[in-house]
Amino acid sequence: MELIENGRVVEDRFTQLQDAQPIAERGDILVSFERLQGQHEALLEREGRLGVRIGPDVEPEELLPYLSQLSVIAIEFASFADGRGYSTARLLRQRHGYRGQLRAVGNVLRDQLFYMKRCGFDAFELQAGRSLDDALEAFSEFSVIYQGAADEPLPLFRRR
Amino acid sequence: MYQYDSHDQRIVDERARQFRGQVERRLEGSVLENEFKPLRLQNGLYMQLHAYMMRVAIPYGLLSSGQLRKLADIARRYDRGYGHFTTRQNLQYNWPALEDVPKILEELASVQMHAIQTSGNCIRNTTSDHFAGIAPDEVADPRPYAEIIRQWSTFHPEFAYLPRKFKIAVGGSEDDRAAVYFHDIGVFLVRSERGELGFRIVAGGGLGRTPLVAQVVRDFLPEPELLAYLESIMRVYNRFGRRDNKYKARIKILVEALGIEEFRRLVEEEWHKEREQGALLLPAEEVARVAACFEPPPYRQLPPAGAQLEAFRLDRDRGFGHWVKNNVHPHKRPGYAAVTIALKEKGTPPGDVSDYQMERVADLADEFSFGELRATHLQNLVLADVEVSRLRELYEKLSALGLDAANAGKVTDLIACPGLDFCNLANARSIPVALDIMERFEDLDYQSDLGELSIKISGCINACGHHHIGHLGVLGIDKQGVEHYQLMLGGSSGQGASPSLGKIIGPAFDRDAIVPAIETVLQTYLALRSSEDERFIDCYRRVSAQPFKEALYGTH
Repeated sequence: MELIENGRVVEDRFTQLQDAQPIAERGDILVSFERLQGQHEALLEREGRLGVRIGPDVEPEELLPYLSQLSVIAIEFASFADGRGYSTARLLRQRHGYRGQLRAVGNVLRDQLFYMKRCGFDAFELQAGRSLDDALEAFSEFSVIYQGAADEPLPLFRRR
Repeated sequence: MYQYDSHDQRIVDERARQFRGQVERRLEGSVLENEFKPLRLQNGLYMQLHAYMMRVAIPYGLLSSGQLRKLADIARRYDRGYGHFTTRQNLQYNWPALEDVPKILEELASVQMHAIQTSGNCIRNTTSDHFAGIAPDEVADPRPYAEIIRQWSTFHPEFAYLPRKFKIAVGGSEDDRAAVYFHDIGVFLVRSERGELGFRIVAGGGLGRTPLVAQVVRDFLPEPELLAYLESIMRVYNRFGRRDNKYKARIKILVEALGIEEFRRLVEEEWHKEREQGALLLPAEEVARVAACFEPPPYRQLPPAGAQLEAFRLDRDRGFGHWVKNNVHPHKRPGYAAVTIALKEKGTPPGDVSDYQMERVADLADEFSFGELRATHLQNLVLADVEVSRLRELYEKLSALGLDAANAGKVTDLIACPGLDFCNLANARSIPVALDIMERFEDLDYQSDLGELSIKISGCINACGHHHIGHLGVLGIDKQGVEHYQLMLGGSSGQGASPSLGKIIGPAFDRDAIVPAIETVLQTYLALRSSEDERFIDCYRRVSAQPFKEALYGTH
């Protein structure tokens, strides 16, 4: 499937595995947080990059032991109205120094993308059926921002 | 007042353009209504009973005359020739068409205004004391901090999808004229023992279904830490506030569930981590840059005017005398006074004002008060800087506009939500009850005798009319399809008396009985008070509910 990555529409190179699906020996995969915790060592021994998919109730601190091994952290938005993922993203990026991909998945819509990017997301799987190309416009809707966040650490009052 | 620079201006211009695109996508169908809803709400656009309602932000209630003229112009061209000042110092239009809203936002942006985050589950317009900057009892002017909070909260990327709406108020003095204790976060300006300026931070206050007085989170927060601390509270709330039930989603429920000790521990822990990054520390230069916009206007050197005010109060023109007594308030500067223009004229819903009145009031602001005015949470307007020697001239001009109601702080200076006449949440009408009360207690000598009083009316338990914090609160309920009204006594917003929540006095009254019941309460008060100086709220607190209960329901 396609997703937006760093402002471009690209094909996803990761395979998203359900917990019941076997783990192939190579290739890039995304697994659940439970599986990451349960099969941590086996997941690290294989060839290919590793990503995890977490719900909004997972505390960023719970990911700390795995952070350097993860190429993708996909944060699930069960509903676009549940804003916990924005805090999770900022904490991972700004407090815990996570440098891999932060991906927004689930009920992700164009009109949330600007805020998500500001909080540190750099990849977006949109709600099925929505145009990714149209959604790209969302990133340039505002040219001035007041607050510091993951994209610009300094608030406007330190840049004015 | 605060003047936009090119950054601020670009943000409101780009917002208008963004919303134009969102409306176009909604009208062509590529955005679903449930997805559009939070977008329009974060632009202050509600779907009401008959039409859209649009809420314009008036940051901490401060307006220039030019802005008020623009609001009048919008009311005339896009609405039905009037606007409604709300209990959160905003202005609402009741009849805009969706297609016109992008244009209205452009009009607002042209006078440095917007409707950003006036609704939705985000940080709302920051409110403050309507006497900010001129009140003699003020520790410091709260407006620069309210503006700094406005900018920090505008399009905050992390806090746009909170569990529920979030309201912040900033107060500058001990006497709380902004109901600060009934906000999600309340900020009081205080001085430390060493004389440094800082803040007392309270959280978890609110009205609605679960009315609560806010609790102190931190007694003294140094000035540079303001935003770091607010951000920490917001993050704790965003992560841990309940999202499973919208009636349990406000921060007050989280504070109650955790207990203030544990809540404070979480906030302080988050704050200490946030400080390590340091970016949010407020530099003195930024405070100075914003504060420079709130420098006092070019006052004239005038002698003290106490004797003249006293003479005015006893004036042979009793209308003018009452007006000076009730609607004229003390000012820091000798010879000046603040004036309440009460939007509580008999026959008009509280807070409503016509396009014509708005334009003339704008003229009066230019003529008498350096071109600025304030909207109050009591749904009135204030001219803050009027020379005492010109009060009679101002009064006469207000009389000609029908805006000379001399009832500020009195029984007919009541507030009411829009109620069932406009709102699809309401159980009962509020405005007709308000109008009846205004008629019943019209006589100014009677009002004067009753003294300081606040009646607050809500048409449902969501409490937009703040009924819990009226000295007398009225709550509309639906009893088997018939409008009834519960009466509450003993509430206080914190102005003039410590903050408290009113208590229901007994069974509800029907539409015909509620106003006579209020009169019974007030007659009982007149009979019970220890002297003419004992206000209703003090008398109630002294004698408690029992005598009022007996007067209303008999002794059995």
